[in-house]
Amino acid sequence: MILYHLNHLRELEAEAIYVIREAASQFERPAMLFSGGKDSIVMTHLARKAFYPARIPFPLLHIDTGHNFPETITFRDKMVEEIGARLEVRYVQDSIDKGRAREEKGPNASRNVLQTITLLDALEELKIDAAMGGARRDEEKARAKERFFSHRDEFGQWDPKNQRPELWMLLNGRKHIGEHFRVFPLSNWTEMDVWMYIQLENIPIPEIYFTHERDVVDRDGMLLAYSEYITLKETEKVEKKIVRFRTIGDMTCTGAVESPASSLSEIIDEIAASRTTERGTRQDDKRSETAMEDRKKAGYF
Amino acid sequence: MSDFSKDGYMNMELLRFTTAGSVDDGKSTLIGRLLYDSKQIFEDQLEAIEQRSQQRGFEHVDLSLLTDGLKAEREQGITIDVAYRYFATPKRKFIIADTPGHIQYTRNMVTGASTANVALILVDARKGVLEQTIRHSFIASLLQIPHLIICINKMDLVEYSEEAFNKVVEEFRHVSSKLDIKDVHFLPISALKGDNVVDKSQNMPWYQGATLMYLLENIHISSDENHIDCRFPVQYVIRPQQTEYHDYRGYAGRIVSGIYKPGDKVKILPSGESAVIKTVELFGENIEEAYAPMSVTMTLDRDVDISRGDMIVRENNAPNMEQEFDVMICWMNANKLQLGGKYAIRHTIKDARCVIKDIRYKIDINTLHRNENDKEIGMNDIARINIKTTVPLYFDSYRKNRYTGSVILIDEGTNETVAAGMIV
Repeated sequence: MILYHLNHLRELEAEAIYVIREAASQFERPAMLFSGGKDSIVMTHLARKAFYPARIPFPLLHIDTGHNFPETITFRDKMVEEIGARLEVRYVQDSIDKGRAREEKGPNASRNVLQTITLLDALEELKIDAAMGGARRDEEKARAKERFFSHRDEFGQWDPKNQRPELWMLLNGRKHIGEHFRVFPLSNWTEMDVWMYIQLENIPIPEIYFTHERDVVDRDGMLLAYSEYITLKETEKVEKKIVRFRTIGDMTCTGAVESPASSLSEIIDEIAASRTTERGTRQDDKRSETAMEDRKKAGYF
Repeated sequence: MSDFSKDGYMNMELLRFTTAGSVDDGKSTLIGRLLYDSKQIFEDQLEAIEQRSQQRGFEHVDLSLLTDGLKAEREQGITIDVAYRYFATPKRKFIIADTPGHIQYTRNMVTGASTANVALILVDARKGVLEQTIRHSFIASLLQIPHLIICINKMDLVEYSEEAFNKVVEEFRHVSSKLDIKDVHFLPISALKGDNVVDKSQNMPWYQGATLMYLLENIHISSDENHIDCRFPVQYVIRPQQTEYHDYRGYAGRIVSGIYKPGDKVKILPSGESAVIKTVELFGENIEEAYAPMSVTMTLDRDVDISRGDMIVRENNAPNMEQEFDVMICWMNANKLQLGGKYAIRHTIKDARCVIKDIRYKIDINTLHRNENDKEIGMNDIARINIKTTVPLYFDSYRKNRYTGSVILIDEGTNETVAAGMIV
């Protein structure tokens, strides 16, 4: 009977497609969060597969911090046009201008936390009742406790101690008015699964995942891309290095790794040999031991 | 990940296992040991737990800290919720549903068990089979986990004695004769010292069997799926609003069991209409034979009225279609079960309502005794009840089919999932 057995990547694919189709069916106004990072690109690809030959029946939503890598935005716009998806963009800058959010100060200032305000405002404005995200349980200890369908109260908050049990593949998306859900189709994927799937399905990704020369600043052992959004400390200097990014977030908090990997195959070899996790390149997680848990409770992804 | 191979990765199977255990039986240490000895722990993770072990004044690195999650759990030193962990060897990818073992967390154990191929149960070699061992085994049998591995742990504390091991095996066999367990393995281990976890123990020459890792990598799981009874709940009807696909009707869903291929004669429930499968496809690619747990889209040879919640089955192999049936439930909510009460019920992807007609008996999960007089069903209780649904459900018994045999009950006021149910 070995003939009738799916390999693990195809099983994860089947599971994710099931979750995406469930979200599209159980909710009135679902949306898929799109950051331009590899996880949201894979999730968008799965959404295409789920509804083909129809188009993706919900919009993609990008919360733009204004501190994106320009390559991400170019990639996003091209992809959206190619697949005929609907894209909504909401800007953290608008939240700041309206006085809804206040910019952090100092050299480690980041808009990462501010995104939550813009995200929650966007969900309310667009009346989105289910926001799909590419978060994975293997990324971080607080995310290890997430459900596929994760309930949020009317303030967008996560209550980790009072989550709905999730059994078999029975997903309960019932809610009261004003509440919403976060949906995580890639819950059971690991970083390696994502990369292997990108290779298997030949999915295009932004070029900054591959090796390139870049101006970087070494801050506490993390190589931050130098840009107008970075305030240099006195002892810091800008250097040119051959780098690539292992995750793509804000320019202000995503660290680069020194790497000559110029193809998917080389990236995969590099990750297989790597002795640190990908969140190790994220300054946003290093603020405290419970940085992710605290942000998630407040409505972050 | 030193043995990583790309080709191998494409052929890996996925194995989901659950671990149940209490505070002191070494469950977190065992998981930590599996991850550590199989080189799945990264430098930044190891540094973090080294620091925390030091802060707490431990002499050695406490591997159990690897599985800590939420703030409250770290403060109390326990696991509250189901935590999922991932690791891979060149043979398989593993998903661990790590659940707390105390009686007050029965619901979490049931949750973790619901999708598992294998259950790991830890027994302290010094203490032997305890109430909690019976409880964990009962849940594994109730949830029909196909394979059970009894890890007799802390062998280092009984001088690696074969006699001590055999005594626990015998005790367990005696107790489990009352349970419905298909495949059981016994292993003498020490999670703390690493005996028989990943590496074969040098301390127990009398044990000729496999290590835990070997078992996890080689237990035969491909026959765990049901490839006989065709069950395809229609999840979503695809009707592209594009001119080139004007007449396209695709029935999208995940195959629960059975094998589907073009040319198969099928029946649609509840209408009972017949049709022939034209294509089974995904993303424009035709699939010759589709089977569980694939997500696919089917097209049929004729226009049939099909909507979400309908089921496509084979003509000569239909599930039960009834409105009244018995269910074994695990109650998961602080509000007690109401006899005569109405609840929302979810079965595959179908929603209905139901009324609780009878509470047959409650099970004492420490002794497996049935109590027909106790009708108070509260948090973590397990009971057999009879329910009536507003519309017929198309189901199989849970023993025959885990996915068409399971339901959840939902409180219509709070929208919380209040019970997990297995159709008898």
